[in-house]
Amino acid sequence: MQSYQASSTGPSRLTRNVGVKELFLGFLKIGLMGFGGVGPVSRHVIVEDRRWLSEQEYASVLGIGQILPGANTVNAAVMIGDRFRGIRGALASAAGLMAIPILILVILASAYAHFAASPHIQAAIAGSAAASAGLVIGTAIKMARRLKPTRVALMFGLLAFACVGLLQFPLVPVVVTLAVLSIGLAFSRRLA
Amino acid sequence: MNHNLLWRVAVTFASLSVVAVGGANAVIPDIHRQVVNVLGWMDDATFANLFALSQAAPGPNVLIVSIIGWHVSGWAGLAVATLAMIVPSGILAFAAGRLLTRLADASLIAMIKACLVPIAIGLVLAGGFVTARAADHSLLTVVITAGAAIFVVLTEKNPIWALGAGTIISMLAFWIGVPHLHP
Repeated sequence: MQSYQASSTGPSRLTRNVGVKELFLGFLKIGLMGFGGVGPVSRHVIVEDRRWLSEQEYASVLGIGQILPGANTVNAAVMIGDRFRGIRGALASAAGLMAIPILILVILASAYAHFAASPHIQAAIAGSAAASAGLVIGTAIKMARRLKPTRVALMFGLLAFACVGLLQFPLVPVVVTLAVLSIGLAFSRRLA
Repeated sequence: MNHNLLWRVAVTFASLSVVAVGGANAVIPDIHRQVVNVLGWMDDATFANLFALSQAAPGPNVLIVSIIGWHVSGWAGLAVATLAMIVPSGILAFAAGRLLTRLADASLIAMIKACLVPIAIGLVLAGGFVTARAADHSLLTVVITAGAAIFVVLTEKNPIWALGAGTIISMLAFWIGVPHLHP
């Protein structure tokens, strides 16, 4: 925490000098290499490969990204870019992260639209769609196991799953209600 | 170009952007509910296929939104959907990066995180569940979904392997004529 607070007071306090172009190219690499999610590769590039942040600083940025809404990695890119180069750095980092994946995605989608009528392609897509769903389910189970949740945490997780996954309630009121309840409960416990 | 449609795309994803705690995978159930059930932009099978394509490409999970925009309204739809999904939350992150880290103490952030992470995990599980219901129409696809989930839980390997295996198994089953592959 200490090292993070020392460097969180603004871009001017950072000793390491990282340019806008460098940020763009670094995040371009993260986007390109991030098959199946960019989490692991983004730590590798930012901490080990480019040495922009220490392990601790990176963990703090990611932690803040996780309590905010939106894609965690995009949030982290915005915060890291801003630290080094202000708004231009934030824009360059986010654009770098998204550029190549979007291009690849459009190429895949065009190919899919072109070959969608072929039963072989339909079978392939059916298989990858089924596997994709499994990847998300597996990720959720893995995250839950790593968290080692308390009974209250487990209850909130299952409530979120039941309301949104089984009952198909709209997400916004569910998230707001559960978040307020969960944080309110934690505060009342803290004060008690 | 249909401006009403683009506006609808922008409003739909911008409102999801600011509640997507846990990332894009957490809002998949609501994206599905809105684009399939409420707005009728696509059917279940198309949604499952677009989700599969977004998983096959590298990059952040938020790409599911880009590809839905592309499906609905081409390049303009892609740009509007992507920006709607990342700009509101990006501005929040920008502000938080400058303010929260200096003002809030670490134990407060840890406490809020401990409250929100379980909800986020529940939403991700819901996302997987909703996608599986859209994608699985036969015993084989159910087995592929279960196999991919088990692969992720038990190994640290890149998930792209499970995606590739599911694709190949499904194609092979089609070639050798396994019945009930498609309803």
